[in-house]
Amino acid sequence: MSAPKTLFDKIWDAHLIDESDDGTCLIFIDRHIVHEVTSPQAFEGLRTAGRKVRRPDLTLAVPDHNVPTSDRAAGIDDEESRIQVETLDNNCRDFGLQIFGMDDIRQGICHVIGPEQGFTLPGTTLICGDSHTATHGAFGSLSFGVGTSEVEHVLATQTMIQRKSKNMRVTVDGELPLGVTAKDMILAIIGEIGTAGGTGCVIEFAGEAIRSLSMEGRMTVCNMTIEGGARAGLIAPDETTFEYLKGRPMAPKGGAWETAAEYWKTLKSDEGAKYDIEVTLKAEDIVPQVTWGTSPEDVVPITGAVPDPSDESDDARRNKMERSLEYMGLEPGTAMRDVRIDRMFIGSCTNSRIEDLRAAAEVAQKAIDTGRKVAGHVDAMVVPGSGLVKAQAEEEGLDRIFIEAGFDWREPGCSMCLAMNADKLTPGERCASTSNRNFEGRQGPGGRTHLVSPAMAAAAAIAGHLTDIRDLD
Amino acid sequence: MEKFEKLTSVAAPLPIANVDTDMIIPARYLKTIKRTGLGEGLFANMRFKEDGSDNEEFVLNQPAYKDAQILVAGNNFGCGSSREHAPWALMDYGIKCVISTDFADIFYNNSFKNGMLLIKVGPEELDMLMDDAERGANATVTVDLEAQEITGPDGGVVRFEIDAFRKHCLLNGLDDIGLTMEKEDKIASFEESHKAAQPWL
Repeated sequence: MSAPKTLFDKIWDAHLIDESDDGTCLIFIDRHIVHEVTSPQAFEGLRTAGRKVRRPDLTLAVPDHNVPTSDRAAGIDDEESRIQVETLDNNCRDFGLQIFGMDDIRQGICHVIGPEQGFTLPGTTLICGDSHTATHGAFGSLSFGVGTSEVEHVLATQTMIQRKSKNMRVTVDGELPLGVTAKDMILAIIGEIGTAGGTGCVIEFAGEAIRSLSMEGRMTVCNMTIEGGARAGLIAPDETTFEYLKGRPMAPKGGAWETAAEYWKTLKSDEGAKYDIEVTLKAEDIVPQVTWGTSPEDVVPITGAVPDPSDESDDARRNKMERSLEYMGLEPGTAMRDVRIDRMFIGSCTNSRIEDLRAAAEVAQKAIDTGRKVAGHVDAMVVPGSGLVKAQAEEEGLDRIFIEAGFDWREPGCSMCLAMNADKLTPGERCASTSNRNFEGRQGPGGRTHLVSPAMAAAAAIAGHLTDIRDLD
Repeated sequence: MEKFEKLTSVAAPLPIANVDTDMIIPARYLKTIKRTGLGEGLFANMRFKEDGSDNEEFVLNQPAYKDAQILVAGNNFGCGSSREHAPWALMDYGIKCVISTDFADIFYNNSFKNGMLLIKVGPEELDMLMDDAERGANATVTVDLEAQEITGPDGGVVRFEIDAFRKHCLLNGLDDIGLTMEKEDKIASFEESHKAAQPWL
């Protein structure tokens, strides 16, 4: 009998085309999602070399980073943004690729629409020129974020050159306490392993708390795998996965579905499979999380305080903390719950799906019921992940709740996750954000980001400062 | 792709850990559809003041480091986004080699595909090279890829490891896609058996 394999080993082996003596491998890529920012130079490269897209049928394109989230009837104001989106349209036309354009209801953030359409499937390899491609690992799809050279390589050859990563497993045992979400779980994991903790690894997330998550929750966890430095995140597919995918437009149908599902059920790590690194957390220890600094690893429980650099013995770390606190404009020892905010952002490929919006709307509804609204000094925007998420939210009446409670309800796109479209922070502005990165300048030059879950973000908008969602009742 | 063989240059010290790709090139510079010209956005939020003038304190703005082609940086350089604009910006500015204790995976891949050499050294070696770099214009460092050696200003030598395939591609300026296309038979036959095994894809 062959040695027990991990889920990653199984998917890797099923896609291995060639392995050189030095361990360099060529693997086949089943799915490729293309967006407007990291693809123009790749298409230009194909044109210069006279190459075609090898498998247009395995490629799906969508503009998301540059699209405005206000009324789109007038198109895109910013000339460079407009050119980038038009360039994607033209490239898709020239190379024969399917695209969900800006006026298509299926348009949205690339990592929201792949799963939504059933383009993302278990056991596949998937790439996209975006580091948050790790999201698709929630379906047991081995998904890599890559740069433009690799986008071009996959367009031309449908393959990728890579050395096999190490196996790492993060197990979260037990049950998450009330008010604690998938976002808090992944922030706690990154706090534990650090932003380079997964470098060189594919992380498999396992354990009861992971299995109990919805697909939306699993996507949130896998999405931020990259913030822990890993190449990819994976969760073994199960009934929750199959139920989510069944009937999606691009998922297999009829007999093909049955055959596929039989195979997908085999996609789990074997008993006794070996991991190079193992980390275990207890779900019941996790409380709602919030970041205080400029790296996703700079995380504390909302009940905690801004840490004091003078408590840090390591020079490099102390310097990093001092630099972060100066940038964030925070004093050591300040209770996180006392940190006043100016802006709130619910959205991004981390937290813009229907379940995220429902969680935030529940908080908004509670505010309405108790005669409260978004605090007067806070500007709060809610940006659904796709046109279809937006439509579903509106069907459920979530938009009316948000609007009544004083939130701004917008059109789908990447929005204020990265300062690339019109939505951005101004210098010094402080934001409670459901996105994935609190880097310096990420949401706008000089902007200060605190990463939180959707419910925590909504609660902060209403309170006017960071707050513990569990205190809301 | 340009070949990388040997490089002698002043090395600029950037003793910050977790330098992310948003720091290397902020998102507002990613709206280009070209690979060139990104040097102007390199480290923009640190290199320029709010009014757009040079921040004289930033290392690359100091006269001693104006011509630096080597960067010595803190651990986990290049973490965050997959934007290849990060190595494009470094290359366009004139940086051809970055030395650190470790790099984020995607940035590491992206850099080699553009002919930029990233060197991983041990923490003590990094401290030493950082000290060398602090000495400014009179302290040049030589990186020899063939020999896998860094020679400091006082003649001290640091050996480094590098993947044989990456070294080969860099030394010869080889384009990955051309190399892969030579394996067309293997790809086509894999594609056929894969289709048979998972016909729903």
